[in-house]
Amino acid sequence: MNGTPFADSAVVKRLLAQIVLPLLIANFLLPLSAQAQRTATVYAIKGGKIHTLAGPAIDNATVIMREGKIAAVGVNVEIPLGAQVIDATGLDVYPGLFDPVTQVGLAEVGAVSATVDVAELGDINPELVAATAVNPASEHIPVTRASGITHVIAVPGAPGFEVQAGGLISGRASAFSLSGWTFDEMQISPSVAMVVNWPIIRTRTFDFATFGYKEKPFQEAKKEYDKSVNELGDWLDRARHYAQAKEKGSPALYERDLKLESLVPVVKGTMPLLVIAAQARDIRNAVEFCTKQNVKMILADGSQAWKVKDLLKEKNIPVILGPTERVPDEEDDPYDKPMSQPAELHAAGIQIAFSSFGFSFSRRLSQFAGTAVAYGLPHDEALKAVTINAAEMFGLGDQLGTIEPGKIANLIVTTGDPLEIRTDVRYLFIRGELTSIDNRHRALYEEYRKRSEQAH
Amino acid sequence: MRRASIFAILLASFTGALGAFAQTPQPVFIQNATILTVTHGNIEHGSILVRDGKIAAVGTNLKAPDGATLIDATGQFIVPGIIDCHSHIAIDGNVNEGAPAVSSMVKISDVLNPEDKHMYIDLAGGVTTANILHGSANPIGGQTVVIKLRWGKLPSALPFEGALPGIKFALGENPKHSNFGPPPGMPQRYPATRLGVEEVIRQAFTEAREYKKTWDDYDRRRTSGERDLIPPRRDEKLEPLVEVLEGRRYVHAHCYRADEILMLIRVANEFGFKVRTFQHVLEGYKVADEIAASGAGGSTFSDWWAYKMEAYDAIPYNAALMQERGVVTSINSDNPDEARHLNQEAAKTMKYGGVSPNDALKLITLNPAIQLGIENRVGSIDVGKDADLVFYNHDPLSVYAVVQKTLIDGEVYFDRATDLARRPELEKEKQSLLDKEKKAGEEEKGEEKAEKKSEKKSEKKPDKHKPPESGDSVEIIERGVR
Repeated sequence: MNGTPFADSAVVKRLLAQIVLPLLIANFLLPLSAQAQRTATVYAIKGGKIHTLAGPAIDNATVIMREGKIAAVGVNVEIPLGAQVIDATGLDVYPGLFDPVTQVGLAEVGAVSATVDVAELGDINPELVAATAVNPASEHIPVTRASGITHVIAVPGAPGFEVQAGGLISGRASAFSLSGWTFDEMQISPSVAMVVNWPIIRTRTFDFATFGYKEKPFQEAKKEYDKSVNELGDWLDRARHYAQAKEKGSPALYERDLKLESLVPVVKGTMPLLVIAAQARDIRNAVEFCTKQNVKMILADGSQAWKVKDLLKEKNIPVILGPTERVPDEEDDPYDKPMSQPAELHAAGIQIAFSSFGFSFSRRLSQFAGTAVAYGLPHDEALKAVTINAAEMFGLGDQLGTIEPGKIANLIVTTGDPLEIRTDVRYLFIRGELTSIDNRHRALYEEYRKRSEQAH
Repeated sequence: MRRASIFAILLASFTGALGAFAQTPQPVFIQNATILTVTHGNIEHGSILVRDGKIAAVGTNLKAPDGATLIDATGQFIVPGIIDCHSHIAIDGNVNEGAPAVSSMVKISDVLNPEDKHMYIDLAGGVTTANILHGSANPIGGQTVVIKLRWGKLPSALPFEGALPGIKFALGENPKHSNFGPPPGMPQRYPATRLGVEEVIRQAFTEAREYKKTWDDYDRRRTSGERDLIPPRRDEKLEPLVEVLEGRRYVHAHCYRADEILMLIRVANEFGFKVRTFQHVLEGYKVADEIAASGAGGSTFSDWWAYKMEAYDAIPYNAALMQERGVVTSINSDNPDEARHLNQEAAKTMKYGGVSPNDALKLITLNPAIQLGIENRVGSIDVGKDADLVFYNHDPLSVYAVVQKTLIDGEVYFDRATDLARRPELEKEKQSLLDKEKKAGEEEKGEEKAEKKSEKKSEKKPDKHKPPESGDSVEIIERGVR
């Protein structure tokens, strides 16, 4: 009497099995199947030389892509019935290139602040995430893609040729593929690292009032520097306490703090700090800091990493290097230091990756790597430094960076060595879909070529 | 300051070493090279004979004359010295005189610094000649100069002998101050629109034309024998513009958008002068036919875009498309980072626009030579031209090519092997200078301590970093003397 009709477990089970579950499943699958429809095509690239970067290159091999992933690679791979076949005879197949420190998607026109969402005000912004402002319609996405770059990381606060650096903790960097209607479609991982612009002991600052430089005593500059470093440490300590309170205490006993909450994965060791530092002294201090704090560190920029290579090797800190074709930092550095440093770091056993630190210059990524080869870096290591190495640094190595079954099918078909300047990208796949390499530049070129033809 | 002085010493010792090699009076014979002449094809296993700084012979069946200095270039590629049509190296001090809208009175030749380290870095990138310009703060900027990168020589040895001087013009966002305001306390300067930029240029040339007429009248009356004439007042702002009107000074105009390019062509036609080159000219591809018809050249970047609004329609096909439409086109650096790899930047036109390898090479050699009016002297490997040569270990249009040697007038100004060999010695020298400095610092500290002890009574300690107040000054001066 006091039970409901559904109290009978058999009835409940039947109901679940016959009505509720199928409904739930159908509901759940709806968006997935809509997505699946777009990626339903099975692609096979055959006849090309496949540089898997997980082993030796395979001549005249086939790669199969299904549902966004690489399904099979090899010589004796059967092409499934109904697969779209790309003939890559005479061409080369490589993993898509990866530019890990960029403002791609966050900035459109460097000098027009309305189009730039890179550096937020304030010094402590761990709760910010680049993904929020990545513009899927940015013209930079197809332009970058045309150079064989299939995925990037947008880094809030990353300094570059075109934009100002952000604050001490600038936010979280987001990894995404360079194709999709929305960020949700593009995303690989919205929070891959916490960005820290390591403070600098700045004794000399540009003063706009006098249009000259203002000198500051070292001790004073050092005090400001120490204050910043202490502040960073304080935030991590507080995040640790916050994590403990959240885990062990009652929810009534702590107040939710969005900044601290965002820092918890860092102190738990699941999210690396992407520390942007150039000078040897700053790199050394940053490494010591991260060791003491027991947090994972990736060094970005690292202009003078060669001066502290033993320490970087000892602490196993990977380095993401900026453009290699710069003028050396110090006046009496060897003239070729930025170009030869990658070889030097590699020889010291340090994992390196190349990056543009830009948005409009992202397409130069392979040029930076090629130049490092010219100055001594082994060619296969340079290829890894624009593909798998950075993926590993950010914990994405099982998803990206090589042509292996199960990985995201981001890959390129080229007319040769992707580090060589004149090499063209013929086909580009993102999440297993053949993706256009048309872009604003190609369109303008064709449009204005027509103008000249009409005149004659 | 300390760093600068160490560098100066290193520089002096280094150029000394090169000079000893360079000043050999004998001819230089380069053999077994792949020579990319630019004008008459590539020569495999070729030789170049250099006599008195000039190319005396080029070919395959040459014999080294007795007593010639031999350079074996087996496996190497030799190209003409790279010419950078837009550079700001070797300038001592600020590049911009930003106060007036017309700053034609200022001269780069007054502030040449032959010890700028960027010269050496450019030489290591194969650059032998550069057009040195002011910045782009003014619609009409300062007087430019073409230099050879004779690093470490006297300032007077830098200018390219006989090269016509130039003047920098600038159109668009920079002269109208779109992306930066005036320094605090300074008023906004006219112009602030592209309309105003045109007006500034037209006004200046209107004045220049009047000024020229005044002088022409005076000269005519004087030569016809009139006496007791008072010469017109000289105007250093207008004189270079008169030279432009008379075709004795080239106009190098910084520009981006198609409309402003057409504007300057119109103004130039109105006043009867020619624009020699449009610089950057990122939308040049939109009006390539008009530029070609005006006779102007286009000196552009390979693939820069989107750093500002007027660069948003920039495309990497620009050089190829301008060249295709008959514009004499070059690729320039605008900064020393870029000047390190102009060969790579030129190579990009093969990818973006299908330019042939030889035409790609022309973008950084013969074409900029034509733009600067020095093609009879440099820009290709031909008999009679200056022996400005760059040795690469690979095809220079490959990303893997590294400059091995750079020669100007037959003199070696950069040699990679020498540079590498000297590094341990330089490192040692640097360390000894640093040690010396450190020791001196410690001694000074010791003295200070002793001083402080003896001055225990004094309450107020002088702060070394603070500018001296009147009371402190005597002591500071005394310490300086000691």
